[in-house]
Amino acid sequence: MLTIKNLHAKVEDKDILKGLNLEVKAGEVHAIMGPNGAGKSTLASVLAGKDGYEVTEGSVDFDGTDLLELETEDRAREGLFLAFQYPVEIPGVSNINFLRTSINEIREYKGEEPISAKDFMVRVKEKSALVQLDAKLASRSVNEGFSGGEKKRNEIFQMAMLEPKLAILDETDSGLDIDALRIVADGVNKLKNEGNAIVVITHYQRLLDYIVPDKVHVLADGQIIKTGPKELALELEDKGYDWLTEKA
Amino acid sequence: MEIAQENKVLQFVENLSVGSDLPTYRAMAKDALAGMDFPTTRVEDWKYTRVTRITKQNYKSVEATADASAYRIPALNANVMVFVNGFYDAAQSSIEAQEGVTISAVADMDLEDYLDKLDSIDENVFSLINKAYYTGGAFVRVEKKVVAAKPLHIIHITTGEGVIANTRHFIDVDQSAEMEVVCTHHSVNAAESFSNVVLEGSVGVNAGLKVHKLQLEELDMFHISTENFIQEKDARFDINTITLGGLLVRNGLNILVDGENCDTMLNGVYLTKEKQLVDNHTFVDHLQAHCVSDEMYKGVVDDKSKAVFNGKVIVREDSQKIEAFQANGNVLLSRDAEVNAKPELEIYADDVKCSHGCTIGQLDEDGIFYLRARGLGKKSAEQLMTQAFIGEVIERVKNETVQDYIYTQFEERFGWVR
Ligand SMILES: Nc1ncnc2c1ncn2[C@@H]1O[C@H](COP(=O)(O)OP(=O)(O)O)[C@@H](O)[C@H]1O
Ligand SMILES: [Mg+2]
Repeated sequence: MLTIKNLHAKVEDKDILKGLNLEVKAGEVHAIMGPNGAGKSTLASVLAGKDGYEVTEGSVDFDGTDLLELETEDRAREGLFLAFQYPVEIPGVSNINFLRTSINEIREYKGEEPISAKDFMVRVKEKSALVQLDAKLASRSVNEGFSGGEKKRNEIFQMAMLEPKLAILDETDSGLDIDALRIVADGVNKLKNEGNAIVVITHYQRLLDYIVPDKVHVLADGQIIKTGPKELALELEDKGYDWLTEKA
Repeated sequence: MEIAQENKVLQFVENLSVGSDLPTYRAMAKDALAGMDFPTTRVEDWKYTRVTRITKQNYKSVEATADASAYRIPALNANVMVFVNGFYDAAQSSIEAQEGVTISAVADMDLEDYLDKLDSIDENVFSLINKAYYTGGAFVRVEKKVVAAKPLHIIHITTGEGVIANTRHFIDVDQSAEMEVVCTHHSVNAAESFSNVVLEGSVGVNAGLKVHKLQLEELDMFHISTENFIQEKDARFDINTITLGGLLVRNGLNILVDGENCDTMLNGVYLTKEKQLVDNHTFVDHLQAHCVSDEMYKGVVDDKSKAVFNGKVIVREDSQKIEAFQANGNVLLSRDAEVNAKPELEIYADDVKCSHGCTIGQLDEDGIFYLRARGLGKKSAEQLMTQAFIGEVIERVKNETVQDYIYTQFEERFGWVR
């Protein structure tokens, strides 16, 4: 589904990604771990097409299309979803309203009819229940005045609403207590199926007890320097990353 | 030595005529014009707004017909007065009689007694031209303790090229009475025409008045309006100024708060594009203690258009315990757009709470990226954010029907969907 080859990217003339390779197949869950500043969020931003991130080398194939050629919104319309490490507050823009527009623009892109008001509301109800997001929060301004946990749940709520093919969750678990973590993880697991894939970026192995990965990667200094089974996460939490980076 | 023939103001009014038996206040205004000149950009108050584009032409004042039905706001359930090129169109107007509420065409009344109330507010050259040469207007009086059952919707239409429409309205709200007025301004094939409007009035002791002004003219005509109001003790006055149309627009608000415990709320929205220039000048003069004034103006400025905001507040000596808030926010959507914003607070009392802030910036890029990353096109994302920015002001308009109407205008003019 996602094939990243030799990806190099820089921000403000600073090389951040330095030849990153990653392959994610449909139906899989991958975890990316790594020290702070390694380039994990940069990878997510590059994949989502954020301005200011310049790809200098390499390729990204997303289900047969050249992802790097697409505008940010078209990447989303092709089925890419990024749950932000720091969800943005947008005062005055209602969560629900923008999601309706969003769904309809995605549908239009695919040549489909707009969603009916009734179907939309049914979906809102169902998906907000999935992450136990208060219906009132769902219709408030995007992330405005939300607690940290509510913001993260709102990300997963939106993911549920949009039903992406590939979701990248950037530290969606950071700062969550165990109850909130379970809610988020349950939500993700319910959305998981044979046809889609999930990449979770995390610092904490604890999340991986709930969202069980097929593979764990270590991202350090702009590259994937190690890939292993889910047990690798435990080892990383025990030993940190130094033993890997020193060797490399 | 001044030679009368070279006076630009007299040249400007050359083609205009008024009856010979003018009431004194109008005769005086007419005489005063001889000693006036149009402001240049060297005059601080007109620094960014060059009026020669307006004043270099000679306009004609002509009666005309124009269909007003499309401009009615059915949900408002209002009394309606229609003015075409400044002349009252009785046939298209509809006024339901109510005990204690007078709504009539101004020409029927002698305003002299009422205008005294506004003596202390300075006129400018445009409001004086209007005073001498106005051709019609609404006269509204709400008697003591009467609550007007319906708002009054004043529809202004300018039609024909090179036309001047001098319209002058007067609203008098007596003690503990309540009134609401919606003014909408439209134009049909009125390139290079000039709408010169004055709306003035008095909000009496413990009375309430809400004014909603919506400037919806095409982008090819000029508009200068003067709104002069005086508030007495315990009076509440709201004025909302929404400017979407016009090539060169100046809204000048002068509010004299001449009583204790008054509440004054000013809201403004301007959305400009192409080569528009929209200038909002507001002046709130606090003469008495224990009053609150709260002002919020926001604008979105696109293409090569320009916006000017100048909010002046004076708190006079001994006007203690005044709370005066002012906020002006601007979003520039293009590189060529320009905003000149200036708050002007003059405070001569020591126990007051005043704040002001002007911001000029772009839409939040992180917000736009967030929305686009969820599949929203760039245009939709920008539109949602712009609407949110402006929405904060619209929410302060205390009439949901008017709010809806404003949003409908956004939809029609800018394709914004709600
Ligand atoms: N917008 C930016 N401008 C400048 N430097 C950035 C920007 N984004 C990331 N960086 C830098 O890139 C490096 C990688 O950051 P990031 O991808 O956020 O790491 P991680 O998510 O792995 O902690 C860091 O050194 C960070 O300072
Ligand atoms: Mg990060």
